[in-house]
Parts: sequence; C-alpha cells; structure tokens
Amino acid sequence: MGIEEKAPAGIALTTIENVVGLARRTSLWPVTMGLACCAIEMMATGGPRFDISRFGMEVFRASPRHADLMIVSGRVSHRMAPILRTTYDSMMEPKWVISMGVCASSGGMFNNYAVVQGCDHIVPVDIYLPGCPPRPEMLLNAILMLHEQIRHSPLGVNREEAARRAEEAALAATPTHDMKGLLA
Amino acid sequence: MSDVTPTPTPDELVTAPPVPESARRLDVIGQRSGMFGRIGSGDTTGFGGLQRTVTMPGNSTPPFGSWFDEVYEILVEVLREQGLDPAQVIEKAVADRDEFTLHIVRTHIVTVCRALRDDQDLRFELCLGVSGVHYPADQGRELHAVYHIMSLTHGGRLLRLEVSVPDADPHLPSVVDVYPGNDWQERETWDLFGIVFDGHPALTRTAMPDDWVGHPQRKDYPLGGIPVEYKGATVPPADTRRNFS
Amino acid sequence: MSTPHATGPALDQPGLREYTTSGGDWADIVSDAERISEERIVVNMGPVHPSTHGVLRLILDIEGETIKELRVSTGYLHTGIEKNMEYRTWTQGVTFCTRMDYVAPIHNEVAYCLAVEKLLGITDQIPERASQIRVLMMELNRIASHVVAIGTGGNELGATTMMTIAFRGREEILRIFERVTGLRMNHGYIRPGGVAQDLPAGTLDYIRELLPNVQRDINELMDLTMANPIFKLRQQKHGYISLAGGLALGLTGPCLRATGYPLDIRKLVPYCGYETYEFDVVTKDYSDPYNRAWIRFHECFESLRIIYQALDRLEASEGSPVMVADKKIAWPAQLSIGGDGQGNSLDHIREIMGTSMESLIHHFKLVTEGFRVPPGQVYQLIEHAKGVMGVHLVSDGGTLPYRAHFRDPSFANLQSLSMMTEGGQLADVVVTLASIDPVLGGVDR
Repeated sequence: MGIEEKAPAGIALTTIENVVGLARRTSLWPVTMGLACCAIEMMATGGPRFDISRFGMEVFRASPRHADLMIVSGRVSHRMAPILRTTYDSMMEPKWVISMGVCASSGGMFNNYAVVQGCDHIVPVDIYLPGCPPRPEMLLNAILMLHEQIRHSPLGVNREEAARRAEEAALAATPTHDMKGLLA
Repeated sequence: MSDVTPTPTPDELVTAPPVPESARRLDVIGQRSGMFGRIGSGDTTGFGGLQRTVTMPGNSTPPFGSWFDEVYEILVEVLREQGLDPAQVIEKAVADRDEFTLHIVRTHIVTVCRALRDDQDLRFELCLGVSGVHYPADQGRELHAVYHIMSLTHGGRLLRLEVSVPDADPHLPSVVDVYPGNDWQERETWDLFGIVFDGHPALTRTAMPDDWVGHPQRKDYPLGGIPVEYKGATVPPADTRRNFS
Repeated sequence: MSTPHATGPALDQPGLREYTTSGGDWADIVSDAERISEERIVVNMGPVHPSTHGVLRLILDIEGETIKELRVSTGYLHTGIEKNMEYRTWTQGVTFCTRMDYVAPIHNEVAYCLAVEKLLGITDQIPERASQIRVLMMELNRIASHVVAIGTGGNELGATTMMTIAFRGREEILRIFERVTGLRMNHGYIRPGGVAQDLPAGTLDYIRELLPNVQRDINELMDLTMANPIFKLRQQKHGYISLAGGLALGLTGPCLRATGYPLDIRKLVPYCGYETYEFDVVTKDYSDPYNRAWIRFHECFESLRIIYQALDRLEASEGSPVMVADKKIAWPAQLSIGGDGQGNSLDHIREIMGTSMESLIHHFKLVTEGFRVPPGQVYQLIEHAKGVMGVHLVSDGGTLPYRAHFRDPSFANLQSLSMMTEGGQLADVVVTLASIDPVLGGVDR
C-alpha cells in the first residue's frame, strides 16, 4: 500500500514523540539542590543500597547548565527562594522538577514566617513526593513516574493543546474548599 | 518588676540566716486569663473568668547550695576590688532546679564576664552563647539576654547570666572582647529579638534575609503561616488557632 | 632603559609587585597598596554548591590562590523551629527539634527531653531502661553522623567511593533505627519521660547481627583514607586552630579534641547514666583535618564499645518500663501495628475504653492539652556528635514552651572557619569546612 509495506525489514516506524520521549527519560542528570533532611535521603538514594545509578542518574551536576532535573529536597526558606529560582532558570530546556518531601511540596510541618509554603510558588513542579523524609524507594518511585511522564509527553502543537486542555480542566475543577471529603 | 520587699544588700545576704524554701519570693512575668489561650473563642465553660498569675522563681538568698555560694562570694569580692558596688551590679541571684542564675545590670556585663573568665577561682572559660527571651509583660525589662558560661577547670560548672533591657532602649554592651565566640550568637540575638549589642564588630542578620524588617522571635511578631485547606475544612496557622496554654 | 635607582629591588623574585613612590607615610602607602591591589577578587561559593556541606554561602576575598578574607553567610535554611516550638506542646516539640541537625536527630531529641525532664523535676524518675535505650540510640546516631561527615567530606574532594562506602555502613544503622522507631531519620522517638515505645522483640539480636557490618565499613573507610598519600597531603598541616583559639571561639567536639583537650560532656557532666559506661575520650595533638577525621573514626569505635555495653544491659533489663511512672506526664500510647497498619495496640484501647477511666482521662488530656510544666528555666548540655549542644528552655507554667533555644554545636563551630582558613589556599577551604562538619539545619534552625 504505502511505505509500510515496501520498507525493508529492520526500520522501526514510529513518531518523533516516541523517540524523543525514550531518549529524554533515560539518564536524567539531577542538579545538586539538596537543602535539608531530604537531601540526606537523596544522597542515600545515590548510595549502593538504593542505587540511583541504575537509571544513569548518579551524576549530580553542580552546574545547573548540565542538569535536566531539579530535585528540590528540603525546606525552602525565604532567603533561599531567589537562589532556587535562579538555579531553575539557569537550567537548559527540557527540564523537570521533582518536589521531594512535604516541606518542598507544601511547606510541610513548618507553616511559618521563614519557609516558603511549597516550592511550586517559585518553580513549576512535575512530581510532588510527600514524606518526611520520603524513603529512597519513594524517591525512586517518583523518578520512575517522572520517566513515564516524560516518555509520553507531547511535543510541539500537541504540547500546546495538552497545556490548554489542562488549564481548562483546572479552571473547571472543584476548588479544594468545596470538595466534600470525609467530613461531609 | 513587682518586688514586694526591697532586695537585701550583699552584706546582709552573706550574714542573713538561711531562709526556708517556702519563703522564696516569686517574680511575676504575666497574667493569664481564661482556661484556653484564645480569648473570644466562644468558650461557654465559665473558665473564661479564670485569672492566673504567672510567676518565675524569684530571688533566692544564700546559702544557695553546692558551688553557687563560692562563685557568688568570689564574684562579689572581685567586683568590690574593682571599686564596684555588688548590689548595683548583681540585681538578683536565683538558684532553682540545680542551676544558678545571676541577673546583671546591663552596663556592667562586660566587667562581670571578664571577672568570671579571668579570676583563677572562677575561670569560666567557655561561653556557650547568648540568646534572647522576650517577656512582654515584664514592663521596662522586656528583652532578656541570657548568657551561659561554663568552667572547664572547675569540673563543668554552668552559670547563667541574665541581662534585662527595656524595649524602648534595647542596647547592651557586647562581650565579644571577652568571649570572641559570642560573635555569631549576638548577631543571631539581634536578628531574632532586636537586642542591639554595642561594640559588636559587625551586627548583621544571620537567619533572616538582610533586608528583612522585624525581629521574628519576639512575642509580638506573628508566627506567619497560611491557613491550610483540606476538603471541606480549613486549619488556621498555629498562632491563630485556639490552643491550650 | 629604566630610570636609574639608588638601590635595586629588595628581592630578585619575578612577579613581585614593585611600587614607586615619592614621599608620603610608608604605612599609608602600604595599606593603600593592599587595598587597591588589582589581583584581589571576591569569589562567592554560593549556597548551591556541591562542596559547601549544605546551603552555606562563603564569600572569599582571594589573591591568586590565597584567601585573604573569608566571610560566612548563613540563614539559607532558617526554618523558625524555635518559634514554632512555642506554639506546640512539650511533647510535640520533639518532632520539631529533631529536624534541626538532621544527621544526628536523636541527639537533638535527647537534649530537649532531658531539659524538659529537668524542668519537670523528674530526672531521677526516668526508668533505667529508657536511659539505656537513649544511650544505645545516641551512640548509633553518633556513628552514623561521623560516617556521613567523613563520607561527604571525601565526596567533596572528589573521592566518591568514600561516600558510597560511608552510606553503605550508615544504611545498616538506619535499618536498626527503622526497626526500633519506625523511621530512618527524624524519628520523634525520644519523649519527655522516656521513649515512645520499647524495643520490639528480637531487636537486640538484630543489632548484634548488623554491627559487624558497620564495623567492617568503618574499617574499610579507614583503610581507604588514613594511609592514603593524597588524603594525607590534602588534609594535613593546614586548617589549624589552637586550643586557646578554639575555646575562645566556642569550638567544641572533634575539632577541639584534636587540639589535645578532652572536652566531652559525657565525662564532664554525665547524663543518661554515661558515668557507668566504660569508654575513652579520643584526643590528638594537632588540630588539622586529618586528625579530626582520625578522631571521628576512633570515636566511632568508642561508640561501638558503648553500644555493646548498652546491649548487655538492655538484655538484663528486659521487661522494665520505658516511660516515667507518673501517668500525668507519660505519653500514653502503646503503639503496635494493627490491622490497618498503624496506631494503638488493641489491648491499650480496650484498657482505656473499657477498664480504666483514669487511663482514658490521662490519654485525652495528654494528647489534646499536654502536660503542664512548672515555671522556670533550665539549660541542658549533651555531647552531640558535632560538639556541645545546649538546650535553654523557659516555661511559664503552661503546656507550651515559652521559649526554646538550642545552642547548636555546628553554629558555634562554623565561626572558627575564618580563623582556620584565612591565609591558606582556596582548595583547603573545602577540606577544612568538611572537617568542621557543620550541618546547616543546626546552624540555621
């Protein structure tokens, strides 16, 4: 019929999104954004028992220009916030953010003057990982979920379409206030 | 400070007969009303009219017990040798829970620290730092700077020096010349309480950003915090919640 | 042909700066020359740096490779823990103070709980088994902390294997912690009055099983470093501080013990029964990073000695209470893993709901309101892994602390960084900083 019948054996027919997704999700290099206790668990994930190196991620780049992933691990204080943003801006596209631990996701137990209540006030977050601190296995799970997300992320026009749909869904969703949880 | 009877002079202190525990006078630092920490919380229990006076352990009279007397007497002696009247320097001496606290008048804190460090029978070499406590109810003496010093030569004696300064004029001489390790501790006390240490080489903020306004650990500074939303409920931040205190 | 001079230059070294002047005060000229020296630059070792041991900012005035001035800027991790503790009950304060020095959380907890017990006046009513468990946990945490210090120090120098071996050894200790407290880090296990719950069955054998692995890893780290010529070259003969300097600056811990003075609060003002354990205080004679690392290794061995003694005592005290007897203070929960994977044991619930009205009341009052502590202030010292930790607690008679201040050893130790590094080389800053081993959570609180 078309090219799919005439193509010699061995050529894989695929989309650019597939190829790029596969390529990007392997060997994401994290930037050293280790702030507090979660940083120690992140280092433990890099240790031999939990071995982040099987995903090609043991090279924590000090320079954000070499890094793809920012794992915000620990509480973000107001003094640290501008630096967090600068580091995020210095990273090259494509870049992703995992907010590790409750302090990075929402301020955690520190609901006070000194801590930014969630690093998503400062940088856009792809995966939120709760825990105080999350076990290394939990961090690996978050990384694997991120890999899935990257694997299937749309590109180009599809990406704009997906962003528009996500925004519409968010605008139409029930606010947390009005949701009836176990109290209803 | 509400003192019912005047503080005895050191001469009287040294020769006065031992006073029983029950006669120790207490220091009022505040009044608390109501059972719960919040007023106007819709409390219909009737405990809203409860009035409680909060008192800290007050001035003790000698003998204080263990090594406290020795240190007190030597310090009094050293101060007299330097031409100072100990009653004008040491406001109060409190021996409570196996710890000895000397309340020092702020102008003399450097002299006292130097005496405590240098005299061979005192030898409090290690300063463990200074921190602040804010007692808003202690009119005229709201900010307390608390120094902890330790004598390694004499077997780990721990002494506390407390200096009170009013909110209106929160100045205190810096003891960095005597204990250089107090450098950052004084900066932190300035940062979080607003106690200004005169003579400090570089009084800058340690914890908050350099352009922050306010001193966060004072009692009149809010905890700051946002209400947390859950499905169908909101939990207010910790300092605006009804709580038990 | 240069202008003829009456005398030639003082030294014949190339690159030596020469200034030609005509009149003026010599002291002024020299100080001006220093000040406007063109080769002096200001370098920022920013908070995001792989080698600053956390979010620490160092501002270095360097001339070539020599550090002329080093300024430390802290505060990037300030969390307002001390103020937060004023709005939580005495028991809830444990979960806050534990997150200060997050590498050695048990020490923070023990210091705080000892201070609360001192305020309550129940220090001699704490059951012996609780003190033994506290000692066991503290010494395990001391090993974990030292091992992280040495491992991350090596990583900052580029020796990544040191970090992997160190973390491998630490994982064994974290498994023990997980078995006892339920968490690997930031446990919230030590409570005022004792510990949250007793050691689960079989823990002592489990610990005995895992300790040889820990010892093996410490030995492996020692083999990698102590005789390694590169390690020695980088870590010896710089970053020095004398005993007088250290004491004046409030430096404590392995850095001070390296100068030769055996300052150890466990021996000086014992707590938790330390006076009954046999161990030595390790000292050296010259405080440089190499000797500090040496001291940390040997302190790990001393900790292992204490742990074995504690294990023997815990075997003997099997079945004793681990919480103070006064029901108005003792945390009521007897936790066990139930059908839903968490929560109170069914026996306990049966007791408070069915049998004992007083237990129910105590449980209710303690969990909602907390216990009341008589007014006053105390200061409790412990030998933290990093130095001397002091907790200053002020109570106004209520269920919440009026003021909680922690004299963190890292905060005081970090002050001496300028003293140790100025005049030295830029590369030595990293080594010296790693040897002081500050944990920024404790520095900034």
